[in-house]
Order: sequence, then structure tokens, then C-alpha cells
Amino acid sequence: MANISIHEDDILINEQGFNDHFHEHHHGDKYKTNFLSHYVFSTDHKMISKQFLITGMFWAVVGAAFSVIFRLQLGFPEESLAWIKPLLGKWIVVDPSTGIGKLAPEFYYALVTMHGTVIVFFVLTAGLSGTFSNLLIPLQVGARDMASPFMNMLSYWFFFTAGVIMFYSLFISTGPFAGGWVAYPPLSALPQASSGSGTGMTLWLISLICFVISVVLGGINYITTVLNLRTKGMTMWRMPLSVWSFFITAIVGLLTFPVLASGFFMLIADRSLGTSFFLSDIFIAGQALDRVGGSPILYQHLFWFLGHPEVYIIILPAMGIVSEVMSVHVRKPIFGYRAMVYSLMTIAFMSCIVWAHHMFVSGINPFLSNFFSFFTILIAVPSSVKVFNWLTTLYGGNIRLNTPMLFTLGFVTLFISGGLTGVFMGNHVLDIQMHDTYFIVAHFHLVMGVAAFFGMFAGVYHWFPKMYSRFMNETLGKIHFWGTLICAYAIFWPQHYLGLAGVPRRYYSFDSFEAFKHFADMNKFITIFAIIAFFLQLLFLINFFYSIWHGKKMTNKNPWKSNTLEWTTPIEPTHGNWPGNLPVVHRWAYDYNKDDREYVMQHIPLKDGEVGDH
Amino acid sequence: MEHVIRFQPGKIHPQKFALWVGMAGIAMMFAALTSAYVVKQSAGNWLEFSFPNHFYFSTISIVLSSFALHKSFVDYKTGNESGYKWFLFIGFILGSAFVVLQYFGWTALYAMGVDLKGNASGGFFYLITGLHVIHVLGGIAALIVTMLNAFSLKYKVTEKRKLRFDLVVNYWHFVDILWVYLFIFLLVIK
Repeated sequence: MANISIHEDDILINEQGFNDHFHEHHHGDKYKTNFLSHYVFSTDHKMISKQFLITGMFWAVVGAAFSVIFRLQLGFPEESLAWIKPLLGKWIVVDPSTGIGKLAPEFYYALVTMHGTVIVFFVLTAGLSGTFSNLLIPLQVGARDMASPFMNMLSYWFFFTAGVIMFYSLFISTGPFAGGWVAYPPLSALPQASSGSGTGMTLWLISLICFVISVVLGGINYITTVLNLRTKGMTMWRMPLSVWSFFITAIVGLLTFPVLASGFFMLIADRSLGTSFFLSDIFIAGQALDRVGGSPILYQHLFWFLGHPEVYIIILPAMGIVSEVMSVHVRKPIFGYRAMVYSLMTIAFMSCIVWAHHMFVSGINPFLSNFFSFFTILIAVPSSVKVFNWLTTLYGGNIRLNTPMLFTLGFVTLFISGGLTGVFMGNHVLDIQMHDTYFIVAHFHLVMGVAAFFGMFAGVYHWFPKMYSRFMNETLGKIHFWGTLICAYAIFWPQHYLGLAGVPRRYYSFDSFEAFKHFADMNKFITIFAIIAFFLQLLFLINFFYSIWHGKKMTNKNPWKSNTLEWTTPIEPTHGNWPGNLPVVHRWAYDYNKDDREYVMQHIPLKDGEVGDH
Repeated sequence: MEHVIRFQPGKIHPQKFALWVGMAGIAMMFAALTSAYVVKQSAGNWLEFSFPNHFYFSTISIVLSSFALHKSFVDYKTGNESGYKWFLFIGFILGSAFVVLQYFGWTALYAMGVDLKGNASGGFFYLITGLHVIHVLGGIAALIVTMLNAFSLKYKVTEKRKLRFDLVVNYWHFVDILWVYLFIFLLVIK
């Protein structure tokens, strides 16, 4: 029974599967598509998932390129950047007498701001959730498509529009928004505050409102599909952890993104209608503005009510992907399945009640800080449950060290190294010293930046055969993994030391500070590894696009010998996912090495006397 | 997409459920605004003002429109064609009256001296009621489509039309209840 052939598999689904009368409805060419409806305005969740992924990749390259440029400034402040002038134009100021080109300081801030905005929202939210929720939710719960394929398409096109507007803002003469990705007022509320605060900020706001609509439309679909369209036998407690994580992520997104939208609407009113929600006692060029009575802290509350859950919106799908990929490649059931689900829920709930830990030093009541510190540090508990379960899943497993598995392991190490420092900063007393230093930069890049990327890479390498019916190159994948892992630690480990020494983040230059001057070599070291990391990601892109057309072909429906339903669909994807009946589910997703069988797929009926659920 | 609908009879229709999930999202937006309102108000420097009468009339109007649309939906299902069309029309008129009354309410409020640029309490009032009207306009657009269908298509009770009408009426009840909540909130927490 260990290796069920493709043939037997199809018979099983057709004999025992569930007939939802899907094929009775579509006679003839109803689902014949043309180029436009197949590749562009597609309503097929599998195509939408690829659209999210490839758009996300575009933004990842843009966002990473921003970081390389500002790292050049930080690592090599003396060197001439005149050679990037063809790309950046007037933002490189060349001294006519020496010919040395410098990055304009206001553009440095724009780069930092855009790097954050783009990576957080466009890459790690849309690129990660958008890709894998779309691809895996219908396939893994046994649905023909999303609850509303049309709304799903809208979700992508709102994201696309958001991207176009943001991209446009990069090229306007006053530059993109430069007040930090959090867009605190007054920098964001007063068009005259800085050059990027004018048109740049207006475009930023419109773009992100489109983005919020995209996330909400997507989330509505993910939640409804999981709750209403599971196939027969697929109880909630039989769902793979990946689907659980996408489901919980969608709920968190649905509850918090609208709050961000509220904050943005108030900000727009402050900018354009003359209200004073967030403004008070502002002097510009010696002149007092007539805007009084507002509170910038109010914006921070609204922003971080999304902003903190946002980091979990980023990391939860990565956790789900990692749990699923790990179990497949360790050939063992995931340890503590229910504990994994409960910890996801706990993390999701707690993520919504800790937002003010981003505001410990911005003037909130210190007694309130106690509450937020307590719950922040408490999140370490469900997070540790997850880490413990991953480690125990690995223990005694028959580990296949292929690329998806390596990225899974990389995720776990990065999540541990980055997560531990979160406990430091969650303490509002320590935070007085550490806030706004490179310590926090190192912390969040490891724990939800690089770690989420690793989860995403694990997912891409693992499900690439499901997306394109081909495999990615393993050797290039391994080079990509080891290179990226080394670079990630080389970049962010030293930043902890910088931060503990008090080096502030977001500074354009440290030359004139006696206390930070001697870190020049460390900054150079970090920059060199950032550049290497950037080029390693290009290697991944080459591998990805080359493999779409020339990768090793998939010959077996279930190449990883995985249990979940997506591997029962035909190698060449079809509309409606399953050519005949829908599979009926008889067991959970983690029956690996059960009894004498290496793996038992979810649609295989129980044998006589076999205990079904875990 | 009928195909996804077919199984699990007896369960709530996925699109209806999707609508409810969406409503939860919209509700969160207003929850955020009203929370910000409470926070800002408790910080002091808050202007109290009484509402022009328009807002009381608009409230009555939108509540009545909900009842009319509910009656229309019941009539549609039970085969009372003229009742279905009449009450749909009445519901639409009352709903549109709500938007018009809100507009005149704002101008009256503005004439009283409560403007956007002054105290934050005015800003909040205009922003909250304005965002609500935008959501009502979405409902009115849906009602216009429903009316076009009602008056141009031959009267027939089909599952698909029943569902679509049900979704529109559900959304309308939602913006109605949302308004009643917001109105009471704005009245009580001045």
C-alpha cells in the first residue's frame, strides 16, 4: 500500500469520491479561455496565486534594491555613488569640482521608507498570503475554487493597482514618501513637512487604501472557503496546518486592516480637509499653524493596531507552510498538531492586544506599558510551543535534506534567533535604551523579515511542481539556501551589537558622531553581505523562471509522497481542480509512517480496525 | 459560480457567509473610528453640539426603508409580484431620502458653526457619518440594479435571483443597523 499508483488513485477518487455535479454544468466551451481571461483577468485561484507570486517577486527585487542602495551609503559613505546617477537621477548629487556623487539625504529617507512599505505590504503580505492562500486553500480542503472567484480576481487587481500607484510615486519630482513606513504625523499629515510629504504621501495613501481593499477581499474569500467549501470528510481538525494558518491569518487581517483604513481616512482628512485629528501646535518655518487639538499618538494607536498584528499576518502563513513542508520531508506526523493550532490561535489573539509596545517611548502612560509588556512577553509562550513542536517533529525523523526542507530548517533557526531578542524589547524598561536602534532592526529582520522569506522560499520550492508541473533546480536551490542563510546572519547579527551600543536606526550618516564612528568597518562588513545576499536572490529568480519552461518535468502526481489533497489532482492543472469527483477525506493530513505504511493520503479509507484520527 | 454552491445543503450559502465576513470588516472600521472618538474625547478640549433635526428624520427614513425591503423580499418569495415591486421602490426612495437628509443635515450643522477645521468633535462627526453614507451609496447602487432586474425581467422565483436579492437586503439591513448604532453612539457620547 505504500506506493499507490496514479491509476489506483484516480479510481479511488472516482469510485468513492463525492459527486458535486460539477461537470454537469459546463457543456461545450463554457470554460474555454482566451489569453486575457486565462493569464490576465483570471478567476482561477491557481492562476491568481501565480500572479500574486510574480508581482511579489517584482516588488521584492525593487524593495531589496532600495536596501542595497542605502546600505551603500551606510557602508561606504566616502565612496562616490555617481555611477548610480543614470538610475536615480537628481537624487545623486554630484559635486562638480570633485566628481564625487552623494546620495541626497531626503532620498535616503525615501529609500528606507519605501523598503519597509514595499517589503512588509507588497511582498510579505500579498506575495506570501496571496500566493499560498490562493494556491493551497482550495486544493488542500478539496474545493473547486474560492467561494467567489470574481472577488478573488478583484483582490489581485486591487493589489496590482496599489503597486502601480506606489511605483508611480517613485518617479515624481518631489520623490516618494520619506517619513518612515509607519507614516506618523505630522510628517505624513502636512504636505509642506518635507518634499516626500506632498504628492508622494498622497500617492502612498491611495496605494495603501487599494491594498487594504485587496487584503480584505482576499481574506473574505479565504475565510469563507475554509468554513463553507471543505470537501466531504474534511473536518476542521483534519485540515493541514498550512490551511489553518492561512485561515487564522485571514481572520486577523480582516479584523485589523480596516482599522488601518480608518487611520488613513483620518489622515487624509487632516491632509486635505483641514481637520486636526492628529495635529496640534505645529510650527513650520517659524509660523504657527492654526491646527490645534489633535493628537499624533492617536494615529500611532490606530496604526499599530494593524501594525503589530501585521507582523503576525506575515509570519503565521510562513509557520503554516513550514509545519506542512517539515512533516512531509521528515516523514513523521507533525508533533502536537492540536497544540500547533491552538498556539496559532493564541498568537493571533494576543497579537491584537500588544500594539502599544511599539509606543513605549512615544508618551503613553507608563502604567499602561506594564499591561502591554506583560502580554508581549507572554507571546513567547505560544511561540515556544511552536518551536518545541518543530524540534520534536525533527527528532528521530527520516529527514530529506532537499531545498524546501533546508529552508524550513533555516526558518526555525531564524525564528529562534530573532524571536529571543523580542523578549528583550518587549520589556518597556529595556526598551528605553533599545528603541530606535539597530537592535530592533536586527530583531525584526530576523524574526519576521528573513524568517518569513525562508517560509516563502520553502513553499515555493515545495509547491513549484504543483504550480508549473516541473521542478526547480536543486543545486541552485542549495546554493541559494546556504548563501542566504550565511548572509542573513552576517548582516543582522552584527546589528545587535550596533544597537546595544546605541547606534540609532534611520540615520543617514554616522561620520560626525564620535560615539559611532568606529563602527565604520562593521557597517562596511554588513553592506558587503547585503550586496551578496541581493545577488543570491537573483540566482533564485533565474532558477524560478528557467524552471517554469525548462525544469525537470514532473512524472508522478505526488513527487514528495505527501498526504494532502493537492497531490491527488492531475499533473496538468485543470479548471475545477479534479477532473471527476471530489476526493472524500477519511483521515488527518499527517499519517506518515503509520503502522507499516510510509504515508497514507487523506482520501484513503481506513482499514478495518485502524484508528482514524490522531 | 453555481458549482461551488451545490454541496453541503442546509448550510449557509457561501456568498451570504462571505457577505457577513465582509460586514465584520466594515464594522471593524467603524469600531476603530468610534474608539478613536472615545479616546480623543476623554483627552478633553471637546466641543459639544446638538444635532440638526435632519438626522432624526434620516434615521426614521433608513429604518423604514429596511422594513419596506424586508416586506418586498417576503413578497418576492411568496409570489406577490405587485407587493414585491412596490415595496422595493418604496425602500429605494426611503433609502435615497436618507442620503439626501444626511446631506442637508451636514449643511445645517455647518451653518451652526460646526466645521471640519474647528474642534475635532466636528471632524469626527463628519468623517464617521460621511464614511457611513459612502457605504449606504454602495447599497443604493445594489438597489438600483435590483430594481432594474425587478422591472425589466419577467417575474420568476429562482434560487439565483432569490439569493441575490437576499444578499442586497442583508447588506441594506447592515448599513441600517450600523447607522442606528452610530447615531445612538454619537447622541450618547457627545
